[in-house]
Amino acid sequence: MSASAIERMKFDDALAAFEPVLGLETHVELGTASKMFCSCSAEFGGEPNTHVCPVCLGLPGSMPVVNASAIESTIRMGLSLNCSIASWCRFARKNYFYPDMPKDYQVSQYDEPLCVDGYLDVVVATDDGPREFRVEIERVHMEEDTGKLTHAGGDTGRIHGADYSLVDYNRAGIPLIEIVTKPIVGAGELAPLVARAYVTELRDLMRALGVSDVRMDQGSLRCDVNVSLAPSGEPWGTRSETKNVNSLRSVERAVRFEIERQAAVLSGGGRVVQETRHFHEDTGETTSGRSKEHAEEYRYFPEPDLVPVAPTSDWVEELRGTLPEVPSVRRARLQAVWNISDLEMQTLVNAEALDLVESTIDHGVDQAAARKWWTGEFTRIANEQGIALTDLPVTAAHIARVEELIADGSLTDKLARQVFEGVIAGEGDVDAVVQARGLVVVGDDSTLLAAIEQALADQPDVAEKIQGGKVQAAGAIVGAVMKATKGQADAAKVRTLLLEHLGVDG
Amino acid sequence: MANITREQVQHLAHLARLELTEEETAHYTDQLSAIVEAVEHVSEVAADDIPPTSHPVPMTNVFREDVARPGLDRADVQAGAPSWEDDRFRVPRILDED
Repeated sequence: MSASAIERMKFDDALAAFEPVLGLETHVELGTASKMFCSCSAEFGGEPNTHVCPVCLGLPGSMPVVNASAIESTIRMGLSLNCSIASWCRFARKNYFYPDMPKDYQVSQYDEPLCVDGYLDVVVATDDGPREFRVEIERVHMEEDTGKLTHAGGDTGRIHGADYSLVDYNRAGIPLIEIVTKPIVGAGELAPLVARAYVTELRDLMRALGVSDVRMDQGSLRCDVNVSLAPSGEPWGTRSETKNVNSLRSVERAVRFEIERQAAVLSGGGRVVQETRHFHEDTGETTSGRSKEHAEEYRYFPEPDLVPVAPTSDWVEELRGTLPEVPSVRRARLQAVWNISDLEMQTLVNAEALDLVESTIDHGVDQAAARKWWTGEFTRIANEQGIALTDLPVTAAHIARVEELIADGSLTDKLARQVFEGVIAGEGDVDAVVQARGLVVVGDDSTLLAAIEQALADQPDVAEKIQGGKVQAAGAIVGAVMKATKGQADAAKVRTLLLEHLGVDG
Repeated sequence: MANITREQVQHLAHLARLELTEEETAHYTDQLSAIVEAVEHVSEVAADDIPPTSHPVPMTNVFREDVARPGLDRADVQAGAPSWEDDRFRVPRILDED
């Protein structure tokens, strides 16, 4: 793609002139064992076209049957989003011709979603401290995922210019839940952050429910971002719909970009086209996809092959009893237990380190140390490697062992970092790395004293200064000893020994 | 006779990806008009207290346990495919029509 020709208005100027309105449509692939309407495996991946059967291939005469667990998961999702659960609802056929669905329709829900009218409270950090927003949920409905297309021929691998496409139907029919918000208004300049906080909170909620692995990188959580700008004095503008934004950061960036782009269009006297747009990770821009000028006609009608779903209130209440602690409540609880500040908690949340820190503390590690490792060293390494913190091969048990070794004086912080470097590089567990790399504190006094004496002999003027009362000059000697011991000494201990040796009070 | 137009038939044909000749369009315009007219008789007898029927049998909650079972052998899947490449269904280029 060539350098951008898309005009943008500065974010602050855009916000001064227009009020952004957001809408978020989030798709969650359920982690059920089998598909929505047939018994094929719903596992991610697999050899192409090996998780398929007559039902999900749309072969004539095949009949779908609803997966009970998918219904339960959807009801639990709805309840956790404070929705009402329909006492009776139907599936609908959404008719369209596209090879990602071999039936030429997708079974979905149309005007009778299983869950309606909920909300999710999210918190964003502002200069004036945390601010809470209530994002209202319009509906939560069930549908089936589609097959995966690979565009072949041509030279770009993209749909444009492809000669033909190849289809793998393993994913077709996997239960997919769509969560649609009501228009989010009034967020102003916080709109990009609210969008991100909402998707983050939703993801954490789904994870706590255990209904999905909610991996944006693998597509089990996908987000469509609708943005419009209301010109001053008007309630709504025309919206764009940016499809399949697949990271939390991209959600924020896509909203921001659309605000800047639409503001430039509107202030230049143009009009925003209602269309589908695609987000590009590399440039942070969106580009125009299919125009919705010719609105799709899906000709929805009730799915005749599936009978209505009518959850009894007993069933719904039983499922309500299985809801886990809501992530925001859990965060408040952990923050109180660990006795840490809002800012420290926010740091953990932003680093996506909450679960990791909790499990590390459960392994007996002090909370401050657990937080320090995960939000400091490990976050830095994960960022460097471009992977998620959870994908680092470091475990709570590793940290617990290293902290033991620090406590008994056989590792310093600096050496501990080298141990983790080894663990992450796959050199084995903590003790194996310590052994193989020879990482132990040089603790024995005679070795340290010998190094101290050598350093004093090398720098007689420093020795004089220290003896003359300039204790801060000791740093030069400590530095030399650390160097001589290749950093494997405890600097504080070296300093104490040095001052004792010279007969000076620290 | 119900008022189905040629334009409506052509639009439907496009949605169904059917290419109709002039003759066929005229033919289906007449046919569809007759069908719609016949269906309209239903609304003459359906009173306000009779809800539309989507399912003839009054059943709800027909579910299956969430247990995964092996599907078709891929060789059988391939046997039913008009075109196949690299273990996948091969389909014509998609976005020509936009």
